[in-house]
Amino acid sequence: MQAYIIRRLLALLPTLILVSLIVFFCQRLIPGDVIDLMLSQNDLATDQDRAVIEAALGFDQPMYIQYFSWIGDVVQGDLGDSLWQNTPVTQQLAETMPITFELGLLALIVALTVAIPIGIYSAVRQDTAGDYIARSFSLLMLAIPGFWLGTLVMVFPSVWWRWSPELEYVPFFEDPLQNLSLMIVPAILLGLSMSAVTMRMTRTMMLEVMRQDYVRTARAKGLSEVAVILRHALRNGLIPVVTLIGLQVPLLIGGAVIMERIFVVPGMGLLLLEAISQRDYPVVSGVFVVVGFGVLLINLAVDLSYGWLDPKVRHQ
Amino acid sequence: MGKRLLEVEDLSVTFRTDRGIVRAVDSVSLHVDEGETLAIVGESGSGKSVTALSILGLIGDADSGRIERGRISFEGQDLIQQNDAVLRRIRGNRIAMIFQEPMSSLNPVLTIGKQVAEPIRLHQGASRAEAYEQAAELLKKVAIPDAAERLNDFPHQFSGGMRQRVMIAMALACRPKLIIADEPTTALDVTVQAQILSLLKELTREANSALILITHDLGVVARYADRVTVMYAGRIVETASARELYANPRHPYTQGLMESIPGLATEVGARLITIEGQPPDLANLPRGCAFSPRCKYSQDVCLQKPPTLETISQDHERACYGYE
Repeated sequence: MQAYIIRRLLALLPTLILVSLIVFFCQRLIPGDVIDLMLSQNDLATDQDRAVIEAALGFDQPMYIQYFSWIGDVVQGDLGDSLWQNTPVTQQLAETMPITFELGLLALIVALTVAIPIGIYSAVRQDTAGDYIARSFSLLMLAIPGFWLGTLVMVFPSVWWRWSPELEYVPFFEDPLQNLSLMIVPAILLGLSMSAVTMRMTRTMMLEVMRQDYVRTARAKGLSEVAVILRHALRNGLIPVVTLIGLQVPLLIGGAVIMERIFVVPGMGLLLLEAISQRDYPVVSGVFVVVGFGVLLINLAVDLSYGWLDPKVRHQ
Repeated sequence: MGKRLLEVEDLSVTFRTDRGIVRAVDSVSLHVDEGETLAIVGESGSGKSVTALSILGLIGDADSGRIERGRISFEGQDLIQQNDAVLRRIRGNRIAMIFQEPMSSLNPVLTIGKQVAEPIRLHQGASRAEAYEQAAELLKKVAIPDAAERLNDFPHQFSGGMRQRVMIAMALACRPKLIIADEPTTALDVTVQAQILSLLKELTREANSALILITHDLGVVARYADRVTVMYAGRIVETASARELYANPRHPYTQGLMESIPGLATEVGARLITIEGQPPDLANLPRGCAFSPRCKYSQDVCLQKPPTLETISQDHERACYGYE
């Protein structure tokens, strides 16, 4: 098992190198570079000033040398310094990553607590009114873009009831309730949009599993319907659902960026958007490298969880 | 024979399909005495499995089926009238079932031990440890080598024959009065079939359980059954003791089945004898006897209305207008 995990981790390397290449070069293709932005604040700046800044930041070197010196640092755990704030990127990530992680985790919890029970209900009560309502709701959540719903939640309550969601961020461990009152709205919006697909998948899988011979065997043993569903059907039905959750993680992160922007949650998403508009290359690269690595790790974890869910995989 | 254990009277089961209401079981009456083995013989779609599932009250859970009318009395209780809670205490406890597909009838994600111990814990309130101990005993009884060690294995680590042994162990777990085996050997290699049936027969006799053996194989019936019921298109066409049925089949369909068994004396290269025509379409049955389109003795009266089951000699009933 350990050897397998190490092998899988090594297999991530080529993907990570590719991610670093794409991230490093693509953002430098965005029109207008960071020095233009810096000099635009100073009308008196001359070409000489530009050359000085370029040299100071190392931008006078050929692109590939810049890449190798950057990647050399990354390998040693140094993601460089922000071009604007002079703080290390690792420090900025250490501050923002837990916030995004919390948002993502909350959204995932919301998604699963909504999707799995409704998916099971919808399958067990197939073609009843409840099933239709659940399915229509999930279709609606799929169709509505998160950014639109997020904006509505910001705008309308304040117009109608003079209430708006909490916008001042407090770390979770300082004041959990205050923290959650800010995080819960974006987490629910994010979770609901994710729950739509998961619920459909759970329903489909449960429908299939409930027709299996072993479910009939379980009924023939005299088990209650709840035991038949939870003990015999659900675990078989969840195997593909777990894969789907793994595949949705990148979408979750993408959604988090938008939600953080709308609800001013000071997470990685907000950091990223700001860094992109300022052409803060090391920060943008840092965020993407960390996100890329995270997505790959989560999918590895999903693969490993098959071993727990499906004994056939464990014995191969 | 012992006293009456199960009595099915005038049972009809219908299914909703895209092509309308289909009556899969039509006016079926049969009985099983304590310790007796009754074989139900028929081809696919003759209603034998549906009859079995009806006895357990498992119609309508995962399908569109509905018991239209009838009475299923087991140990003096009418099962059709009982609510689900009562039925659940009977299922797996007083009546157990063994299914056709050992490959798919065991849950792939649960250990064998857990699955065999489950009815013991459920119905006898045994602790985990006790139930596992009994499960190991049961697996030993069905001749699974290293039974105790194999409790933690999963179904995919067992062969088809071994899995059917596990199913038998599971069925025997609560010493039921009645075991229903629905084509228990159809999915298995021929060499394993006889082993499994002998084991099943031996263990049911030992536990003094009655057995309903559902099969399409008349050869099986001869060796293991006390009495035989032959079904065709949802109706019983003939019932007799196994000996009588072999010696003296009185329904043209039963006779056709007998003739189509290739014997050792059959000449090599000779054509197998078959029953002419197609199995009936349940959604579109003839008005009269369902077998009449394939029957060489068919007469006018056969096309009017289906014949009812009549006693023709002691322990021998058939549903036919008679061709003699």
